[in-house]
Amino acid sequence: MNGNKLIDLINITKKYGNNTIIDDLNLYIRENEFLTLLGPSGCGKTTTLRIIGGFEKPDVGKVIFDGKDITNLPPYERQLNTVFQKYALFTHMTIAENIAFGLKIKKKSNQYIKDKIDYALKLVNLDGYGKRMPDSLSGGQQQRIAIARAIVNEPKVLLLDEPLGALDLKMRQDMQYELIRLKNELGITFVYVTHDQEEALTMSDTIMVMNQGYIQQIGSPEDIYNEPKNAFVADFIGESNIIPATMVQDRIVNILGVNFPCVDEGFGNNKPVDVVIRPEDIDLVAPEDGIIKGRVTSLIFKGVHYEMEVMANGYEWLVHSTDLSPVGAEVGIKVDPFDIQIMNKPESEDEEAVVSNEQ
Amino acid sequence: MSNNLTKEPPQDEAVVTLIKPARKRISGKSLLSFPYTLWMGAFIIIPLIMIVYYGITADDGGFTLANIKLISEPIYQKALWLSLKLSFISTIICLLIAYPLALILKGMKLKSNSFIVLIMILPMWMNFMLRTIAWLNILERNGIINTVLKALNLPRINVINTPTAIVIGMVYNFLPFMILPIYNSLAKIDDDVINAARDLGANNLTTLRKIIFPLSLPGVISGITMVFVPSLTTFVISNVLGGSKINLIGNLIEQKFQQENNWNAGSGLSLVLMIFILISMTVIAKYDKEGDSTNVW
Amino acid sequence: MVKKIGKYFYIGLVALFLYAPILVLIVLSFNSSRSRSKWGGFTLDWYKKLFQNQEIMQALYTTLIIAFLSALIATIIGTLASIGINNMKKVPRTIMIGITNIPMLNADIVTGLSLMILFVALKMNLGFQTVLISHITFNIPYVILSVMPRLRQTNRNTYEAALDLGASPIRAFFKVVMPDIRPGILSGFLLAFTMSLDDFIITHFTRGTVVNTLSTKIYGQIRKSISPEWYALSTLLFLSVLILLIIINRRNDKIQKERA
Repeated sequence: MNGNKLIDLINITKKYGNNTIIDDLNLYIRENEFLTLLGPSGCGKTTTLRIIGGFEKPDVGKVIFDGKDITNLPPYERQLNTVFQKYALFTHMTIAENIAFGLKIKKKSNQYIKDKIDYALKLVNLDGYGKRMPDSLSGGQQQRIAIARAIVNEPKVLLLDEPLGALDLKMRQDMQYELIRLKNELGITFVYVTHDQEEALTMSDTIMVMNQGYIQQIGSPEDIYNEPKNAFVADFIGESNIIPATMVQDRIVNILGVNFPCVDEGFGNNKPVDVVIRPEDIDLVAPEDGIIKGRVTSLIFKGVHYEMEVMANGYEWLVHSTDLSPVGAEVGIKVDPFDIQIMNKPESEDEEAVVSNEQ
Repeated sequence: MSNNLTKEPPQDEAVVTLIKPARKRISGKSLLSFPYTLWMGAFIIIPLIMIVYYGITADDGGFTLANIKLISEPIYQKALWLSLKLSFISTIICLLIAYPLALILKGMKLKSNSFIVLIMILPMWMNFMLRTIAWLNILERNGIINTVLKALNLPRINVINTPTAIVIGMVYNFLPFMILPIYNSLAKIDDDVINAARDLGANNLTTLRKIIFPLSLPGVISGITMVFVPSLTTFVISNVLGGSKINLIGNLIEQKFQQENNWNAGSGLSLVLMIFILISMTVIAKYDKEGDSTNVW
Repeated sequence: MVKKIGKYFYIGLVALFLYAPILVLIVLSFNSSRSRSKWGGFTLDWYKKLFQNQEIMQALYTTLIIAFLSALIATIIGTLASIGINNMKKVPRTIMIGITNIPMLNADIVTGLSLMILFVALKMNLGFQTVLISHITFNIPYVILSVMPRLRQTNRNTYEAALDLGASPIRAFFKVVMPDIRPGILSGFLLAFTMSLDDFIITHFTRGTVVNTLSTKIYGQIRKSISPEWYALSTLLFLSVLILLIIINRRNDKIQKERA
């Protein structure tokens, strides 16, 4: 990604009453980027999007768009368009009238509008639906109309607020590909809000993980998945083993009383940390070959792999493997040094994310 | 217990019983509306048929259109015209007051049972006659307004016993019936629909004209109906606030029945009134449809 | 900020318009002078006299008893009818709903007159029973209007689940459907009750000469002068409605909070 900065959010803070939704957030979005704001509900991602769209004003901070301060600009004067969570189609207008809405306000010629409607309907694979009313369409179709309605205005940025949230799984997957295709065809910036990590990993160039009004991590999907910066990100993105541990010295971490070789440096000596180990990165070997010995306590067949839980040194390790180890079997746990991800403990209560207690 | 066991159907019959009782239940349940059907037949349909019968027959029972033609006589024509005029004006005033108010209330994002909404509908629950009497006290020759004007050394105004007083009475009595449906229909509009319009470039006025108003039209229509019909047909407000000299069509119908005991003429005029209600409703409903599929803007 | 003040100003103006007359009635109820335009000092006499006024008390009693009975009967008939209509096929259902709409859309004066014609034709003496029948008639649609939407919202599956778990249809109805539509029934009853309290026109035509409700009683006095006891009565009525609504409001609030 090496476009220019298109949107710059500077020191954004937003409160509802005493409730701080966003706390001093800084973020820039590049031209032509697919940025996903990812986090659990109430993390501030939708509010961030609404501040960019102009539906909310930040209490503190500035929104810069293309070099200009647009913080106080109403939505109808911003060069960006939004696709809303529940489509927000105008139910009293036909599909064509919905799509034409923004163009008519801009006083485009009838021919131009007609061409644009045809183009947009083709783009979202709903050719010939112009005369129908929104209520007669399925959820997925309505969502595609909402997208068509937004993109005919040729915005520089398309904001999407959980646009697939109301659709069923199959439809959601289809629409993901559709969105990627659209993004490539249109060549514009997408800012996408979702709580679905799989959606974020599939579509994004960049993911921003948020929790409780703070940015937890910004990076490419690979970065976020492979090198989560803290326990929240690790836990939120995919399944993982998050274990309190001690950094003995560079390249050696003590997990549950056993020293593991790792590749991280610079954490200091004897420093408490959290380690993340993805379940698919754990190898189950013969007891004597492992770094820790344990016993398999449960086994579930998941289709592509087996999911096993292994009790070892007082911790229940989650393991994904294509090789089966029966319940009760004694096994050794082995992890490659570069598969151990070391994270600093959260600095403040506030920033501590909802670390699940499941493991 | 043993009873239960013997009742248990064999496995293969279970499928059948799943469907059959369902059908039986539906017909059984719709029987519950039987008392209602009977009641409405006796006290809505038959009375209406009777009023139609009286309206198109003469004293001796023979068919005639004379009762209906009565409306073409100047006194009735005048009363009908005045009724139409005053109820139209009242409806427009109610709409002009209520719509901005409902918009403001929606903008405040109140809960449906909030105190302010409560305040707006509370007068509706006061006795209709007492509400009207109150205006008599305010508007009459020695009423509140004129007492205040006199104290300020200003000339008296003569509102009581004029059409203006009747309009005030109509607006006052029926305003909540305009506020409530409009507010309800506005409150139903999803905020994101309004946001979407603004997002697509519509300023506040355009959003109001193209999105909010058309979507609130059902509420506006029912508000109009709920104000227009009772205004058109009232005889009480005109009697209390309009004095005995101003006659609305309702007054004349009432007099035909209560004073002249001429049921045929009264029924004939009632039929005319019902025709006007039907016409205005058809017009309103038609406007509603046109508003729905508007292409011109 | 200016905009906000403007909004509150507008709300205040409308509220003033709506409450000025009521305020006038309240003030007059404490006025010791019989004149409506002179303040003769504060008094509670009219309240005392109100309760001693046999005619007003009789009218109040009649009004309340008719409102209660008509609302109760209308609620029973209307609730049963709603369930029935809800289970009908499309065509009969549309017809039934159409008939239900007639008394609500039709002019009260026509409803009142047509009922009067019927009662006279049936040689019924106009009086308490004819007023009661008339009130039930215009009240049932309000009950149906309140219950129907609730009934539509209830999940059919819960009723079927109850049957599946062995409840008889009647038991399933009272245990499962009833709790769901109870708020609709209650608000239907209250709506019917207040509609009956409020009615003048239909009562006027069906009451004959003996029975008087508050509305018809005061209507008969308009041409003479209205005695101040009526202002006292208005004040008390207003206060009781206000208190009732606040209680209902609070209760709904609480229920909502508990659910949230």
